[in-house]
Amino acid sequence: MHKTACIIVAAKFVGYLVRLEIPDRPVPLTKEQVQHIAILARLQLEDDEFEDVVSKLSKIVDFVDQLQAAPTENVVPMAHPLNMSLRLRADDITEADNRDRNQENAPSVDSGYYLVPRVIE
Amino acid sequence: MTASKASDALYLQTLTELARGLAGGEFSSRELTESLLERIDAHQKSLNAFITLTADEALAEADLADKNRATGAGGPLQGLPIVHKDLFCTAGVRTTCGSKILQDFVSPYDATVVARLKSAGAIMLGKTNMDEFAMGSSNETSFFGAVTNPWDQKTSPGGSSGGSAAAVAARLVPAATGTDTGGSIRQPAALTGTVGLKPTYGRVSRFGMVAFASSLDQAGVITRSAEDAALLLNAMAGVDPRDSTSADQPIPDYTATLSDSVKGLRIGVVRQHFDEGLDDECGKTVKTALAALEDAGASLVDVDLPNIGLSVPTYYVVAPAECSSNLSRFDGVRFGHRADNLKDLLDLYCRSRGEGFGAEVKRRIMTGTYVLSAGYYDAYYLKAQKVRQLISRDFNQAFENVDVIAGPTAPTTAFRLGEKTDDPITMYLNDIYTIGANLAGLPGISVPCGLVKKMPVGLQLVGPAFAEASLLSCAHQYQQITDWHRQAPEAFR
Amino acid sequence: MSRWEVVIGLEIHTQLATNSKIFSGSSTAYGAEPNTQASLVDLGYPGVLPVLNVEVVRMAAMFGLAVNATVAKRSIFARKNYFYPDLPKGYQISQYELPIVVGGELFIRDDAGDEKRIRITRAHLEEDAGKSVHDEFEGSTGVDLNRAGTPLLEIVSEPDLRSAKEAVAYMRKIHSIVRYLEISDGNMQEGSFRCDANVSVRQVGQVEFGTRAEVKNLNSFRFVEKAINFEIARQIDVIEDGGVVVQETRLYDSDKDETRSMRSKEEANDYRYFPDPDLLPIEIEDSFVEEVRRSLPELPHVKCTRFIAEYALKEADAEILTVSRPLADFYEEVAKATAGDSQIAANWIIGDLSALLNRDNIDIQDSPITPTALAGLLDRITDDTISGKIAKEVFDGMSTGEGSADEIIAAKGLQQITDVSALDAIVAAVIDTNPAQVADYRAGKEKLLGFFVGQVMKETGGKANPGQVNQLIKQKLS
Repeated sequence: MHKTACIIVAAKFVGYLVRLEIPDRPVPLTKEQVQHIAILARLQLEDDEFEDVVSKLSKIVDFVDQLQAAPTENVVPMAHPLNMSLRLRADDITEADNRDRNQENAPSVDSGYYLVPRVIE
Repeated sequence: MTASKASDALYLQTLTELARGLAGGEFSSRELTESLLERIDAHQKSLNAFITLTADEALAEADLADKNRATGAGGPLQGLPIVHKDLFCTAGVRTTCGSKILQDFVSPYDATVVARLKSAGAIMLGKTNMDEFAMGSSNETSFFGAVTNPWDQKTSPGGSSGGSAAAVAARLVPAATGTDTGGSIRQPAALTGTVGLKPTYGRVSRFGMVAFASSLDQAGVITRSAEDAALLLNAMAGVDPRDSTSADQPIPDYTATLSDSVKGLRIGVVRQHFDEGLDDECGKTVKTALAALEDAGASLVDVDLPNIGLSVPTYYVVAPAECSSNLSRFDGVRFGHRADNLKDLLDLYCRSRGEGFGAEVKRRIMTGTYVLSAGYYDAYYLKAQKVRQLISRDFNQAFENVDVIAGPTAPTTAFRLGEKTDDPITMYLNDIYTIGANLAGLPGISVPCGLVKKMPVGLQLVGPAFAEASLLSCAHQYQQITDWHRQAPEAFR
Repeated sequence: MSRWEVVIGLEIHTQLATNSKIFSGSSTAYGAEPNTQASLVDLGYPGVLPVLNVEVVRMAAMFGLAVNATVAKRSIFARKNYFYPDLPKGYQISQYELPIVVGGELFIRDDAGDEKRIRITRAHLEEDAGKSVHDEFEGSTGVDLNRAGTPLLEIVSEPDLRSAKEAVAYMRKIHSIVRYLEISDGNMQEGSFRCDANVSVRQVGQVEFGTRAEVKNLNSFRFVEKAINFEIARQIDVIEDGGVVVQETRLYDSDKDETRSMRSKEEANDYRYFPDPDLLPIEIEDSFVEEVRRSLPELPHVKCTRFIAEYALKEADAEILTVSRPLADFYEEVAKATAGDSQIAANWIIGDLSALLNRDNIDIQDSPITPTALAGLLDRITDDTISGKIAKEVFDGMSTGEGSADEIIAAKGLQQITDVSALDAIVAAVIDTNPAQVADYRAGKEKLLGFFVGQVMKETGGKANPGQVNQLIKQKLS
């Protein structure tokens, strides 16, 4: 599908809103913001990736900003598609010691402990 | 049109037909499994539909199935071969989710879906390729390379269940499991001329299905007929005490009601769907399909889903938010990829995840982290969950006047590989028609309804919660008066 | 210090005493080999899902009712997202906007001895993290996830506390309540009862709160008091030196008796809370709450008030005796079984029995002297068979299993001598052999009465009835 057609399509969707308020053009994400998000998410981005992420993320945020104009006063956020309440389980011990099996995939274990680089508190 | 299929090559038969053949002693599970494994092998390079094959285990299970059949033992899927999307945990078998970060991960347990199909007697031939962590609509984000569409191998089979769809479409296997969060079963089914069923949220257990977006994910199947989908759903459906979000609803026999007539069925057609976003020829094909149902006695009713246009942006707030949290467990500590020469803990996290995840996954994690972060939660996540409520209400209101909602599954036929990978938004818009059902937790099915320039087009049916039986019977009736679902891609006939 | 006012709020994490974890069927038993009680759900394996333990809901409801709070009809689990090796999923399942218990109160004595109401903001359910071991592996930290997934109830107070002593009093009350309810063993050494203190100072009369620092993971009443006092002094010093108190998290070093900043928490954490999509809202019916209410035991403050009324005890004694249910039950059994008054029972339990239990590090439930046995001893004091002093000897014998009070008194011939003629003779003998003291006494040194009594007691091996001896001596010397 052609890129222009895409933008037209997006605009058409905005047009279907009951109350049409064209939102202000939002500022794209800054490099610092993206850097901060990457740290929160513990993701190392290479230099060449970084530029690309800033630009694509800005586009995505721009795209989802359409939501701002939706008529949601007095609407309860949907926590779940089902109108169910939580099922509870009995307080029974149902798990046995499966340490060996569970640690088969571990990158680094010693004496039953998972090892990570030393943490200083 | 169901001509006798005994003469058809085994690989062309549906699951239901194969079940009859096995029961009638026309061939053995061993023969069947061997022939399919050969076929898979022959096409793996060009299609790349599989990440892992479990040939030895499958043959052993086939032999066991043949023994069981001799004594009358065994479940309804006894000795029938299927494949699982590599998002399902399979005990003792590599489970990668299409990602480098789980490249060598061998799951210690079976997903509930896998276990139930196994106890019904199904034989797993392997794990299919998919978009990494189910994030994608083209199966191009897999660490293990793209999957090609058997109808035209320069095009994408859709995603994220691209491998499952390609395998079924190419007649390598009769059926495959898939997962659908925004359309990942239905869209690839449409693009590959197969049947794709996404059940109601909570109909099938999510335990062992690696989580992408927990409030949207649902396990389903890709088959070549609605009948087959019903057969599999019977075995998969049902509450699971290990999944708090699974629904405690009775399980009807989905195969028993397939012959229900469509006479009097009220089919809603969504005004908003047939607009400039939809390829003209695809639109005409879908309209022809609707006309056929009308001829068979259904009535077409105009339906309005006023907020449906916001479904894609809503999805792209909710899904990344949930996935950003769900994927935090991939940290190189207890399993999965760990970077070398670690400096400190921060390095462990940032480099293991940075190296292990692909670009689309990282983008979605970042998007999700952003929309949940301080100062943005209300404007994005909370807002999106409210819009989701609006969309759900629209569906509920529509279903007061119609029994099913029908329309196109995808806006175009299969697009060329590499065509859409530059702009994320363009890719996201492939799910325009499918996402609404995920947001509202409703069941949906895509059935092949025609060809445009020799490429498949899908008709989507969406129903109210737990109305899979109606969807399947409507689809089955459509498949009695058309034979699009029997058409195989040229190179795989 | 009087121009400064201290503001303290406590966050107490108490492990709920369930058999299995909050979201998985793993055991919660303390002390197992590392990672032998960590299931795939606890380890945050791909594809696993949490399932809520009904017992934690019941226990949280019990706590809510015990502190007069509201048990929420609908509450939600939320994910608290952050990365740390002992947090396997990269998020903790906790509660944020709609906790299971809202509001609440309890009463303490403030520094002046007056009753003071401390408000509780909320209590919510969450899962505990695992444990990290930093010093056992060269260059690495070892992670044990046995504890990951243990249910916690986090109890948050309003910043109503105004001194370290008040903070400790509040903490003791909460400790007592959770043990009374049997929802937690409150074992601080094992980490099942932990306290974080939020401390700030402000000038007296100032309306806004000062900047607060959080002191984490205090696991004894003593440390809580010392840490808070250190922190108060530190903050005052900082401000008086012209500086500004930084909002931060600090750890208490008990060896050095000081708090220091936690390096790893320097960067402000954005937890990105959102409702956990794997768990539906908890919905609690009124009938469930009523059932829980009916099952509540008599609470400590109610029992204390009743003891004061029913047993005519001093408040201080009643408070001590009602700190724990087993102790209070023990007391009541003794008080009901003995013919003696309830005060004597209180004295012996608070005094000699407690000293014995502490010395040998035994719980009241394992006391070598049963309530009935103790009552028997008290009866012999009450009926003058033995004196209070001799009773201590009998008590010691009972504690080492020599038998009941009667058996020991008989075996050692410890009965008081009450035969007047026998006593008379001994008193006469003592008077005769101490003419100098007799003269002094008659001359006015009345204190020497004690001397004579002492001599008589010596002669009788302590078995004379002191009251009678007193009388006889006075008679003879008058």
